[in-house]
Amino acid sequence: MLVWTRPGKALTWIAFAVVFGVLVLAPFVVVIAAAFAGTWNGVLPSNPTAGHLQEALSGDELASLSVSLQTAFLGGLLAVAFGTWGALAAHGSRFGRVADALHHLPIAVPSVVVGLGLLVAFSRQPILLNGTKWIVVIAHLVLMVAFSYGTVAAALQRVDPSYADVAASLGASPARVLWQVRLPMLRPAIASAAGLSVALSMGEVGATIMVYPASWRTVPVSIFALSDRGQTFTAAAEALVLLTATVLVVFTVDRLRGRAVEQ
Amino acid sequence: MVPPLLLIAVLVVYPLALVAVESAPAWGDVLGSVEFREALIRTVQIAVCSTIGCLVVGTFLAVVISFVPFPGARVVASLVDTMLALPSFLVALSFTFIYGTAGILRTGGFLTTPWAVVLAEITFYTPFVMRPLLAAMSRLPRAQLDVAASLGAGPWRVLRQVVLPEVRPAMVAGGSLTLLLTLNEFGIVLFLGAKGTTTLPMLVHTKGIVMFDYPAACAIAVVQIVLSLGLYALLRKALGGRRARLD
Repeated sequence: MLVWTRPGKALTWIAFAVVFGVLVLAPFVVVIAAAFAGTWNGVLPSNPTAGHLQEALSGDELASLSVSLQTAFLGGLLAVAFGTWGALAAHGSRFGRVADALHHLPIAVPSVVVGLGLLVAFSRQPILLNGTKWIVVIAHLVLMVAFSYGTVAAALQRVDPSYADVAASLGASPARVLWQVRLPMLRPAIASAAGLSVALSMGEVGATIMVYPASWRTVPVSIFALSDRGQTFTAAAEALVLLTATVLVVFTVDRLRGRAVEQ
Repeated sequence: MVPPLLLIAVLVVYPLALVAVESAPAWGDVLGSVEFREALIRTVQIAVCSTIGCLVVGTFLAVVISFVPFPGARVVASLVDTMLALPSFLVALSFTFIYGTAGILRTGGFLTTPWAVVLAEITFYTPFVMRPLLAAMSRLPRAQLDVAASLGAGPWRVLRQVVLPEVRPAMVAGGSLTLLLTLNEFGIVLFLGAKGTTTLPMLVHTKGIVMFDYPAACAIAVVQIVLSLGLYALLRKALGGRRARLD
C-alpha cells in the first residue's frame, strides 16, 4: 500500500524487526532470560538455573507476592467500585467537568507526589494510618480510581441512554434501572477497568515506596531492594514472578469480559 | 454524586493541599539550591528527548504495521497493547544486563548517564504513542494512498503529504500524553539510580524518605504539581473538546 517494490518491502521489514526487537521487545526478553541465568558475562546468559526462581518464591519474597495480590485486589476492586460510581454520578451532571478533573488529578501528578501527600496527611490527627497496610491500599485505590473512572466514563458516552429511559418509563425504579439496565451495559468496561487496575496496581512503585511500612512490602518494592543490593538475578526472577502473576490475573478478568460481550 | 467526590476530596485534594501548606518554610532553601535547579532542568531535558524519540520510533513502527503489513503484524499490535499495563522499572532492570559492567554490551559508563534514562523511557513509552496512531491509521482509507501512488507519488511523498497530515491529531495526543508521563516518571530513574540523573520525582523521594526533610520534599512536589498540571491543562485545551485520555 505504501511500499510497492519487493526489495523496498524487505528493507522496511528488516528495519522494523531491528527497531522493534532491540528497542521494545529486548528488555522484556532479557529480564526473563536473566531470571534463569546463573551468570551473564557475555552476549548470552550461562549456567542455567532455577535457583533464583526458587528464592523469588520463598520466604520474604513469597510474602511480598501475597501482599501485592491482596493490595491489588482490595485497592483495585474498591477503585473500580468508586470509579464506576463516580462516572455514573458525573455523567450528565452539572458538576461533570469538575468531577472529571478531580478524578484525573492522581494520574496527572507523579505517583511519588501522591504518596508524599498521603504520608503527610495521614501521619497526623484526625486520621492516623502511617505504618499500617491501609496507607498502601489507599495509595493504590487513589491511583486506580482515576483509571477506572476514565474507562467507565468513556464507555458511558458510547452507551445509548434510551434503554435506561425506556426501562424507567415502563415503571422500573431508579435502583432497578441501575442494576438491571445501566450496570449490565457497562459490564465490559467495568471488567476491563478491573483488569487494568489490578495490573497497574501489581506494578506500582512510586507511591508505594513513599508510604509502605516494613510489614507490608509489595513485589516491586522487593525487586527494587534486591536490585539495589546487587542481587540482580534474583530481582529478575521476582520480576518474572510479578509478570506471570499479572498476566494470569488479567487473563482471568479478561475472560469475564469476553463472556459479557457474548451475552 | 457525593460519596465518590468526598473520597477524592479526602484522599487526594486534602493531602495535596497539606503538601502545599507544609512546603512553606522550605521555599527559600529549595529555590536557591543548585541541586533543585539541576533536577528541574534534567527532568525537562529527559522528558523532551524521550518524547521526541518516542514520536520518531512510534510513528515508524505504526506506519509499518498499518501500511506495509506483514504476517503477524496484528500480533505485534496486540503485544504493544499489553505492554501498556506492564511496570516501567522492568526496562531499567533489563538495562543492567544489557548495558551493565558484566552484560551483553558492557558499556558500564552508559548506565550512569541521562541517556540511559532517555533510552529506557523511549522503550517503555513508545507503545503510548503507537496506540492512538494505530487507531488513527486504521481509519484512513487505503484508497487515498493507492490513488496518490498511482498518480506517481513515491512512498516518502505519500507518507509526508497524505498519511502524516491525517494522523497529526493522534501524534499530538500521543506526544503530549508521553511528555506528561515522562515528566512524572519515577520507576525507571529509581532503578537506574545514577547520581547524575536526579529528576524532580526522584528528588521528592530522596528528600522525603531518605533524608526525612518533609518541607523540602513538599516544596519540590509543589513545583512538580504546577509543572504537571500546567501541562495537563494545556493538553486538554490543545485536544479541544475531546477528553485528554490518560488511560
